[in-house]
This record gives sequence, C-alpha cells and structure tokens, in this order.
Amino acid sequence: MPIFIDRRLNPKDKSLGNRQRFLKRARDELKRSIRDRIRTGRIAEADKEYAVPMPEKGTGEPSFNDARNSGRRQHILPGNKSFSPGDLIPKPGQGGGAGSSSPGDTVSEDDFRFVLSREEVLDLFFEDLELPDMVKLNLKEILAFKSQRAGFATTGSPTNINVARTMRNSHGRRIALRRPKQADVDAIAGQIAALDSQPVSAATRLRVADLRKEFERLERRRKRIAYVDPIDIRFNRFDPRPLPNASAVMFCLMDVSGSMGEREKDLAKRFFVLLHLFLKRRYERTEVVFIRHTHEAQEVDEETFFHCTQSGGTVVSTALDEMRRVIEERYPANEWNIYAAQASDGDNFATDSERCIALLDGALMRLCQYFAYVEIIDERESHIFGATENGTSLWRAYSVVAQKWPNFQMTRIATPADIYPVFRQLFARQPAARKSA
Amino acid sequence: MARQASKPALLFSGSDWDFKTLSRAYDAIEAIALEELHLDIYPVQMEIISSQQMLDAYSSIGMPLMYRHWSFGKHFLHHDLLYRKGGRGLAYELVINSNPCIVYLMEENTMALQALVTAHAALGHNHFFKNNHLFRQWTDAGAILSYLDFAKGYIARCEERHGLAAVEAVLDSAHALMEQGVFRYRRPPKLSSERQREGLRERLEYEERSYNDLWRTLPASHEAGKTGEKDESLAERKKSLNLPEENLLYFLEKNSLVLEPWQREIVRIVRIIAQYFYPQRQTQVMNEGCATFVHHTLMNLLFDRGLIGEGAMLEILRNHSNVVFQPGFDDPRFSGINPYALGLDMMQDIRRISTEPTAEDRDWFPDIAGRGDWRETLLEAWADHRDESFIRQYLSPTLIRKWRLFALADRADEPHLEVASIHNERGYEKIRSALAHSYDVGANRPDIQIVDVDLRGDRQLRLQHKVKAGILLEEGSRDATLRHIRSLWGYEVSLAAVDAETGATLHERSTREIVE
Repeated sequence: MPIFIDRRLNPKDKSLGNRQRFLKRARDELKRSIRDRIRTGRIAEADKEYAVPMPEKGTGEPSFNDARNSGRRQHILPGNKSFSPGDLIPKPGQGGGAGSSSPGDTVSEDDFRFVLSREEVLDLFFEDLELPDMVKLNLKEILAFKSQRAGFATTGSPTNINVARTMRNSHGRRIALRRPKQADVDAIAGQIAALDSQPVSAATRLRVADLRKEFERLERRRKRIAYVDPIDIRFNRFDPRPLPNASAVMFCLMDVSGSMGEREKDLAKRFFVLLHLFLKRRYERTEVVFIRHTHEAQEVDEETFFHCTQSGGTVVSTALDEMRRVIEERYPANEWNIYAAQASDGDNFATDSERCIALLDGALMRLCQYFAYVEIIDERESHIFGATENGTSLWRAYSVVAQKWPNFQMTRIATPADIYPVFRQLFARQPAARKSA
Repeated sequence: MARQASKPALLFSGSDWDFKTLSRAYDAIEAIALEELHLDIYPVQMEIISSQQMLDAYSSIGMPLMYRHWSFGKHFLHHDLLYRKGGRGLAYELVINSNPCIVYLMEENTMALQALVTAHAALGHNHFFKNNHLFRQWTDAGAILSYLDFAKGYIARCEERHGLAAVEAVLDSAHALMEQGVFRYRRPPKLSSERQREGLRERLEYEERSYNDLWRTLPASHEAGKTGEKDESLAERKKSLNLPEENLLYFLEKNSLVLEPWQREIVRIVRIIAQYFYPQRQTQVMNEGCATFVHHTLMNLLFDRGLIGEGAMLEILRNHSNVVFQPGFDDPRFSGINPYALGLDMMQDIRRISTEPTAEDRDWFPDIAGRGDWRETLLEAWADHRDESFIRQYLSPTLIRKWRLFALADRADEPHLEVASIHNERGYEKIRSALAHSYDVGANRPDIQIVDVDLRGDRQLRLQHKVKAGILLEEGSRDATLRHIRSLWGYEVSLAAVDAETGATLHERSTREIVE
C-alpha cells in the first residue's frame, strides 16, 4: 500500500516568484510594448489584461549548440514508402512545409505571446509617474504623528523598560564588579554551620571567626553592588514620526460644448481616462471630482463624465467657479492637496477669458498644488502652434497665468499619439522637467 | 478467453476515483507486477495535484522543489499558453527518481487513467529508476529531495544577502553551461549527507569570517627566488589543474579566480542538478519503453483476470495508442521518433524473439532467440543498457522492416539529401548503428573541454571544441555562452575549434573579439 498525499490544497501559484523575476528582467521591453499599444489602441483597453510578445532582449538562454548549416549528418526516419538507396531528395526549403524530413526543426520556444494581468500592465505603464510636488506639500502640512521605535534611552516610563537590555547590562556590571554569587555565600554559611556543630576548639573557633568575617564581607559586598542598579536600566525609545498627509483631490475639468467635435472629445477623454487610471493606481486615498461644462458647469460622476454627451455654448469660467464652489464646500485647502486638470479646445465666450484669468489668479492658483491645462488642437494646426505663443483666446489668457504661477502647466495635444508623451511630461517624477511645458 | 465462474469483483467501475479505490488498484497492480514481471521497486508515494500544480512542476524541470529563477517563469508562461490553447495536453503523471519514488497524479484523470498511470509510473518508471545501472551509479535517489530543499533555501538566503541581481547573474551563467556541467565518463562524487554539507558550510563561513587581508601581502616564500621554476612546463601546468577537463562547471567552481564562496556554491548546485538529469537524457527510449511495456502488459493481465471492465479497458487502450502513435516522416504530425513507440516495440520484439523466433532472429540474436524466458532478458536489458547500447544490441531486422526505417545522409554543402540505406539486407546494420548513434548523448553534444590556462600569465581560459563531422557551433549562442564563461572565470576566454580527425585548428574565438 503506497503513501497517498493530497496536494491539491497546497498553496497555488508556486511559480509566481519566477513570473515576477521574469517580468522584472523583461521590464524595459514590456514597458515599451505596452506604451505603444496604449498610444495607438483603444483607450478603454488600457485597463485590461493584455497579451504581449515574448521580449527578446535579456530573456535568451544561450548554450553551446550545433549550427544547423554545417557538417555531415545522418537522419533515421520511419515510414519509407518508395525510396531506394542512392535516391536524391531536394532539401526542404526555408519555411516551406513540404517534407518535414529534417528532424529537430522545432519552433523556437521563445516565439510566443503571453498575457499580463491588468495590475501588471498598469504597474509597467505608470512607472516613474508621480503627482507633482506631493512630497513637498506633505512636509509642509504635517498633521499627525506616529511613534516609531528608535533604539534605547536611559530615561522613560516604567512600561517601556526593555528587560533584555537591562538584564544584559546588569549581568555585565555584576561580572565586572565581582559581585559575590549566592552559591559562594551559601557555601560559606554551610561551612560555618558544619564547624558550629563540631566540638569547640581553639582552631575551629579561629576558623569560624574567619569564615564569619568573610561571610559578612560577602554579604556587605552583595548589598553594595545591587543586582539590578538604576544605571543598568534601559528604556525603549520612541520617536514621533510625521505621518504624511496624503489626502488629495484631483479636479478634472472638461469642455463638452458643441465646438468640441467628436475627435476633440475623444482626445480629451483619453487624457482623462489615463489620468483617472493613474490616480486610481497610485493614490488609493485620492479623490477625483469630475466637472464638465458648456455655458454652465456641473459636477458629475465618473460614468456621466466619460460617456454622456451634452451641447451648448462655451463659458470656461463656469467650470472654474464650480471648482471653487466644490473646494469651499468639501475640500478646505489647508487639509487637502488640490490638483486640477483641464481639457478644452481653446474656444471660449469672448469676454470670459479675462474672468478666467481673474479666477485663477485671484483664488484658484493659491489653493491648487498643480494645475494642468491641455488644449486639443487640430492636427493641421499643430505645426503652426507647435512653438509659438499664439493661439486661441483661452491659450493666450492662460499663458499669462502660466508666466505668473510656476505650478501652472499648459500643453497641446493634436493626435492620440501625443497623449502619452504629454501625460508623462506633466507628471514626470522630476519637477525640473516641467519647466518647459 | 475462459473466465472463471466465480469472477472476481472489478477493481473499480465508473470514472470517479477516491483514495480507497486508488489504493486497491495499486495493490492489485503491484501484486501482478511483482508476480508476473518480477519488478523490483522503491516504495511508492502518490501525490494528487491539480493541473495548475502540474504546470508549476513542468516549468521547474519536473522537480517538486526548485530554487527561483526567471527562466522557470518564462517556461511556465510557455507551457501555460500551450495548455490553454489546447495545443498540448498535460502529462497524466510525473514521476521523480527518488526514494520513496514520488508519482504525481492529476486530479482530472479518470479512474481508468489513474490505474494506467499507476502501472506506468509507479511500477514501470520506478523499476527502471531503481535497477538501471546509470541511475544506480550516477544518481542518489535517496538524497535528491533533501538536496533540492537545501539548494532552494541556500539560493533564497543568497538572494536576501547579496541581492536578486547578483544571484541571478551567477545562475544565468551557470545555466548556460549546464550541458557542459556533467561528468560523462568519470563517476561524480556522491552527494554528501546533510551533516557533511552543514560542516562544509560552517567551514566556509569560518574562513570568510577569519579572512585577513594581511596574509596576502606577505612576501612569497623561497619559491619566488628560484627563477628557473617560473616557466613551469605546459604538461605540468595542465596536470596540476587536472586538464583537460570536460566538466566546465566543475572546473569553474573549483578554480575560478573571481567567484566568492557563495557563488561557487551556486555553481555547484546547478552542476549537481545537471548531473542528476544526465542519466534521464541517455535513457529516454528505454525509460519510456519500459514504463509503456509494463503498463501495457499489466493492464492486459488485469483485464484478462477480470479485474477491470471493458469500458475502462477501452479507455485505457485509446490512451495507450495515443501515446505510442508514430506517424511516418512525411506526415504533417511527424516530429521525430516517438520514444514511447520505439521503446515499446523493441521490448515487445525482444519478447517475441525469445518465445517465437524466426530463422533470421536466430541468426541475429543467437543469445536470446528461443530462450523462452523473456522476463529475464528484459530485466537484464533494463538494468544494463542505455538507449544507445540498447538499440545497438536489440534493434532487429523485423522491427526495421515494420517501421520501414531509412537513413538520409545530409551534407551541408549539397543541395539535396541522399537516401543512404533502407530496410534491406545491406541496410539493417547501418540503420541500426546510425539510430543507436543518434541516441548517444555524449557523442551528439558539442565536445568542449578546457585545455589550458596560464595562471601566471594572462589567465586566459582556453577551451577546445572538437569538431566532429564538420559540425560547427551556432555563432550567436556560442558568443553569448562564452561571455557567460568569462563572467564566471573573471578573465578572457577563448574557444578554438579543432577538427577531430585531422587535428587542424579551424578557427578561434576569444571574448576579446566579442562586442557586447
């Protein structure tokens, strides 16, 4: 009778560690492949699991192998039908399936695609991106502290005594000062008792007196050198560490008016989907507020923001007004890190741009940690607007704000392929890179 | 067939299995195997696993315990993909050459399949592992699992201590040399026991702790004074390093100038695992043939004795014939010779030759033809042979005709292949010897040896590739592998291709020339 072991309930994913090691090794190539795909593919697919080709670099496993195209060999094959010795058979062509008569021409194992999970895709995709200046503000606005172990101290409250450390010190000190051991004292007491019980003689009396003296000396010494001295005592030391305040809110402002065509809306949405994915991924405690506007603005939920259409004129300042209202209502600036991203085609009601400047300059920029403005332009215009400061009325107005506030960034998008570079540029980890938006 | 009136009860019915049935089936199969085939086996430990766990085992070269490395992750992805696509079914079982012999059974198997797998793996493979001389001499079935456990733990500790990247670099390089990391002719030293290993490690750690750089600065002793001894003769130099050396990993582990003790230990782990698998690669046809022959014989015996029902037998036969299916060379499904089919056919042929030989067989196999005790003959063959010698000894003209084997001569410089021999009187010998040769692992892998290194000069490690029949190395992977050797050796490495017959140097490649 054999031994049976049921292993089905053993932990699964034994090879997960190997998979992670493999992905790490192929990281750069996988990252490029994912970014290419998201740049060109449908934006909704960014949030899915995802098949990638096996990366070539860094995943080869070389060894000494025979070259196929050299030397003399003999192949033994089964199933001869009509051959006689001396028959000549043309070699099977490259790639042609005719006559698989050369053994060992198997497909390379490396030639396949495999599936990355959603988590892995997003991890690779958003690597190196960070909300700008998050850390700086955190340090400025420390609200909570948490104690953390930080070595030992000679003072403290009795509850924090570190017994092991204290006893070690005590032991060392007792050895160094030669504190008599209890066993030694007991031994002498025993000798005295033994002598006492014997008949009294001059010699024993002398001996007992000596022993008593020695006994007293030891006892005195034991009293003087304490078992645990206050000097030995060590306390666990705790340092208060600031808890970073990670409450952040991101405002997404989008123009959905008639002037925004399907293409513009699509680009803007792509941008926000990316932004939304990024925030969800990186900052669990980040809240996102969606505001869309035509000639009037309203706060909407995620679903409506991305999927519903609306028509009307364009008054950008309404969105900014709405944003200010929401901030005042729910996100006091001294408790929240506030970020905003706005997407528009640059159209605005004639006199409204001035009001936008006033709103931003006067109130919002002081509250905001970071404000990113993305303008969707026509592909044909991209080369005109590429470098100049000309542009739509909103662009010109915002240029004024950008000059005054370093935490205001503005940039233009013409094609889906621009989105990711712009996104990276806006949220790249090094703040220095943002200077030339 | 004449069945007894008091027919014994079936071992199982229906496709569901439970542990009681498995155990009953095993006992019945084992009893028959010992009585009818005289098998000699290790105790068996059966483990039930899911398909996911089977994939896990696949990707770590079939071992239940393995250290972590990215290449196993890559292989897992590959197997996983094939399996999901349905391109390849998983094996029904996996068997480990250990004592007790561990057999993995997939939970998805039906009871009939479990019985088949039990006969195949728990008895067939098990007997082969225990009795074949290669396994007996070269592997230590009792120690492998505890060794792998140690290897896994050791490498994990190294990763903690020295970082993933450092450990990975050593493993990458060592993996590249696994083929060249076996003793082909010399017997490898036995795996040391747990306690000896522990002692060794302690000594290493002590040496690390007590290392004092001061010793290095001491002036060299009197030898340095005698300039005459400096130009040590080449022969002496080679002798002191035990050169030439075919086991590159062994040489690097013992003599590398740059490896830290822990890196040497990792190289050693890879080398020992490579050595452990070397007999398996030399006995594929025999091992699978033995297991297939055993399960085929046992299942038929069980059926004849009325222990398994007709439905189950049909399922077993269907699986059996899938396993031993051998398409012809021009069939789109052809992918080389199926070791299960060749092994089984040869073993059944031996049985035929010993019981009902033809005149031709008496001519070819005077020793065994008509001897009648086919069991003994097979047991001897299983014990004493590897694929190459087994085929050289036992492939009969009958079988060559049945398989319609033919030999193709393939010269790289000619546009066509030539049919060299077919299954006729003149061809039998040639086909047999060519087929045997193609299973000679030692002869078919590139023969690369370390021939020289001048430790007092430039320390360049010189390798020699003996080019047989003009077959060169594939250049891309050769260069990459040389780079790996350099990273283990620490200095430049060169590889000279030398024609095995003429001794002429064909070309030489040094890591100096390789641009990364």
